[in-house]
Amino acid sequence: MKQKTTAVVASQKEIAPQIYDMWITTDLAAAARPGQFVCVYPKDKSTLLPRPISICEVNADRTALRLVYRIAGQGTAEFSGYRAGDDIAILGTLGNGFLEAVGIDSLAGSMVQDDVEITADKMFSGKQVFLMGGGIGIPPMVQLAKTLYGLMSREAAAGGVPADGQDVKDRIRIIVGYRDAQTFLREDLEQYGKVYIATEDGSVGTKGNVMDAIAGNGLSADKIFACGPMPMLRAIKAYAGEKDIPAYISLEEHMACGVGACLGCVVKTREVDHHSHVHNARICTDGPVFEAKEVEI
Amino acid sequence: MNTQTTIAGVTFKNPVMTASGTFGSGMEYGEFVDLNQLGAVVTKGVANVPWPGNPTPRVAEVYGGMLNAIGLQNPGIDVFMERDIPFLKQYDTKIIVNVCGKTVEDYVDVVEKLGEEPAVSMLEINVSCPNVKEGAIAFGQKADALYNITQELKKHARQPIIMKLSPNVTDITEMAKAAEAAGADALSLINTITGMKIDIHRRKFAIANKTGGMSGPAIKPIAVRMVYQAAHAVKIPIIGMGGIANADDAIEFILAGASAVSVGAMNFVNPYTTVEIVRGIEAYMERYHVEKLTDLIGAVD
Repeated sequence: MKQKTTAVVASQKEIAPQIYDMWITTDLAAAARPGQFVCVYPKDKSTLLPRPISICEVNADRTALRLVYRIAGQGTAEFSGYRAGDDIAILGTLGNGFLEAVGIDSLAGSMVQDDVEITADKMFSGKQVFLMGGGIGIPPMVQLAKTLYGLMSREAAAGGVPADGQDVKDRIRIIVGYRDAQTFLREDLEQYGKVYIATEDGSVGTKGNVMDAIAGNGLSADKIFACGPMPMLRAIKAYAGEKDIPAYISLEEHMACGVGACLGCVVKTREVDHHSHVHNARICTDGPVFEAKEVEI
Repeated sequence: MNTQTTIAGVTFKNPVMTASGTFGSGMEYGEFVDLNQLGAVVTKGVANVPWPGNPTPRVAEVYGGMLNAIGLQNPGIDVFMERDIPFLKQYDTKIIVNVCGKTVEDYVDVVEKLGEEPAVSMLEINVSCPNVKEGAIAFGQKADALYNITQELKKHARQPIIMKLSPNVTDITEMAKAAEAAGADALSLINTITGMKIDIHRRKFAIANKTGGMSGPAIKPIAVRMVYQAAHAVKIPIIGMGGIANADDAIEFILAGASAVSVGAMNFVNPYTTVEIVRGIEAYMERYHVEKLTDLIGAVD
């Protein structure tokens, strides 16, 4: 159930210039899914609207959420000043999530890896998956990688193949794009998959963007999950269309309510949307994760 | 204690309503608040056919409020009557449907269809949305145009009609009087105030539509003033709104002359605002020994 509640900051640190890593203790963690987000409310009453921030990770006992965000304005600047023990007002958990977008209910098991249901067709069995993140679109890939690692390991075991962690890690290809050598969350991601890095200045990995990293490393995939800036998502949509690979992209838009009422955060859709009855879906509620071919971006 | 209020023969259990466009048809916020506790749900504007609305970005934050230019995206009256009305009928709250259109015929079409639905208590006519190019505000910024559309809709409406007024006029009393003279049963005000925000770093408008309607606590003093002026210009009841964030704000509007109040942008900030205001009004009445809410309407010296 969605609710607005007061969480408590457990810790916060700056992990790259202007990028903050905050753990908050909240009951909402129990129902969180990879790819979902929370709305965070500034205390300053001149900045009223909530800031949608993706869930980076959930702790093992599902009592805390990790939010990794960039300072983008007054609201996030305020959040960056919070210290352990401070209150933080949040609304959540919101949106569909990456695995819901492919038809897997990751709510029941949520973040406990072993609880996510294996689909009848063992969707990821023997398959290669791209997890692509650009800049501040990288954080939600951490929990997705963790959940997928658990799910794919179980699928491998259920298929009679010994649950060889290395095989699973090799099939989870995490392709992340940074501006420079500030490769935040890299170590987190390396626990669950093989990480390929692209940097704009060429200081680490492939010089260029995530698409350059795919080409440079000769990578291929059966399914793509992505979050990042719009030019990156457009490139992924084009690439996925050309190669005929299902791609699931997490979108971002200015939001007011976060719960589907205000119709502020819509994306154009290929088909008439079931709720709006026009070619618009609500990113906050019908997304944020959409199959790339279903949206006009 | 009696918190009831009556507008055009319709009695509401309390004066707290939702401002059109901020609450959908209640489905989304029904997860947060018990809709049975509200005086009325005022729905998002509905037209005769589906409207796609404006390009994004549609919303932007401003100091103490926000701008929006959604452009009245809606699924059209047929879907609305099959899906949204049956949803709202499950609750013990009044249903007020906000009606929008590009031409008088569009409005008439919707008003006539809603006339067949007795569960709808009142119609709120949106002649004040600043974010659509045709219709809407074109009817709401000139007294003669407002008079004409009001008179025409009264011929077709089976429910009482509330004309929702724009604050983007020189003299709100002139508009209020025109609506009353044409037969409007009630007024609601204020709709949003046209505003603009520019992103100086990108040198672009914050909203794709360039202008947007401003709402939120920052506009409240303007709204209170206009409700007061309108209340003194006409005899028909007024639903007051504009930046209401808590029970104190709601009571301020009632003292200014509103018979009921609507909560708009603050639903986005605190989804429980409406029910908190219901409780807060009761606490105020208890504190000041007010037996009937109606004793507070316009009770300012």
